[in-house]
Amino acid sequence: MHTPLAFITGSSLLWAGLLFGFIFGVLLHRGGVTDFNVIVKQFLFRDFTVLKVMFTAIVVGGVGLFILHGQELSNWHIKPATMLAVVLGAVLFGIGMVIYGYCPGTGIAAIATGKLDALVGFLGMLVGAAAYALCYDWIAANILPVADLGKKRLPELTTLPEWAWYAGLVVLAAVVFALVARFEKSRSQPS
Amino acid sequence: MKTHRWNPYLVGALIGVLSILTFALADKPIGISTGIAQAAGACALPVLGADGVTANTYWAKKAVPAWDYGSLFVLGSFFGALVSSLMSGSFKLESVPSLWRERFGPSVGKRLFAAFIGGVVIIFGARLADGCTSGHGISGSLQLAVSSWTFFIAMFISGIVTAFLLFRSTSKS
Repeated sequence: MHTPLAFITGSSLLWAGLLFGFIFGVLLHRGGVTDFNVIVKQFLFRDFTVLKVMFTAIVVGGVGLFILHGQELSNWHIKPATMLAVVLGAVLFGIGMVIYGYCPGTGIAAIATGKLDALVGFLGMLVGAAAYALCYDWIAANILPVADLGKKRLPELTTLPEWAWYAGLVVLAAVVFALVARFEKSRSQPS
Repeated sequence: MKTHRWNPYLVGALIGVLSILTFALADKPIGISTGIAQAAGACALPVLGADGVTANTYWAKKAVPAWDYGSLFVLGSFFGALVSSLMSGSFKLESVPSLWRERFGPSVGKRLFAAFIGGVVIIFGARLADGCTSGHGISGSLQLAVSSWTFFIAMFISGIVTAFLLFRSTSKS
């Protein structure tokens, strides 16, 4: 469905991609998530920058989209819940993220800050993506159809209204951030 | 060292606002890993030939190697981080991050080899799951997609287990 505010179409989409990507790259760098140590220490519970950045983005973007969608100003873009593939992919992703020390986006941004390991890992990503493309027919036949729930959203799984889910998300974020703040305080003042 | 960094909550909020803008103005979610798969297709062109690449279902349908919104978003993010790091004076050539050095030593070859393998594994996972920390983690989660929250949780558990197996012995600082 074409939405009223979506005036960027056709070839101007190319410039928009470049511009939005540019802003995203600035934000990743300023957020500190282009740093190997920051990313790996998140998984060790020694640095919560990644969680703070991601969860705040989810809450702000989520509430914004909830309002936009309510006014029919945006479309959902939901990826299919091919559960076996998503879980297997996520497990590989977590292992790769700790060994690489970056995720795909922060890796690209880290190259731009001078990190040569991020650059070599990017070459690995090109090889890995090519390997996936070459395996795709087999995966599409054997893995993707297993436990495929389709393009489902969480509100569709229950009878709770849409706003209750987003209200819950805000509360969850507040609780998580409060716990993180408490944890950080207790670590900075060892008893 | 931390001088170039902004408050993480502020950065997160700004990424949220950016996400709202891309959805509203361009009808596009933020995502990175498809763009990398497109780049891989472009790199495969000299090896497989144009016919070889278009004969591949994935590159023909899911990640067409061409300059489009998604691949230019990836290029843009590179330049954004480049300008930001140069302007803040934080650009620095480095091969072995300090945490890695503390655990596995100063060997550049060892670190680059691991980074390469990690890159292969992370993107294969991202393509299998159909998204990465951006496409699933942020764009999908904020839409309350079942796939994305499953990804987010499973990815964090896997990362925690891997990190504790590999880096638990490093100093707590």
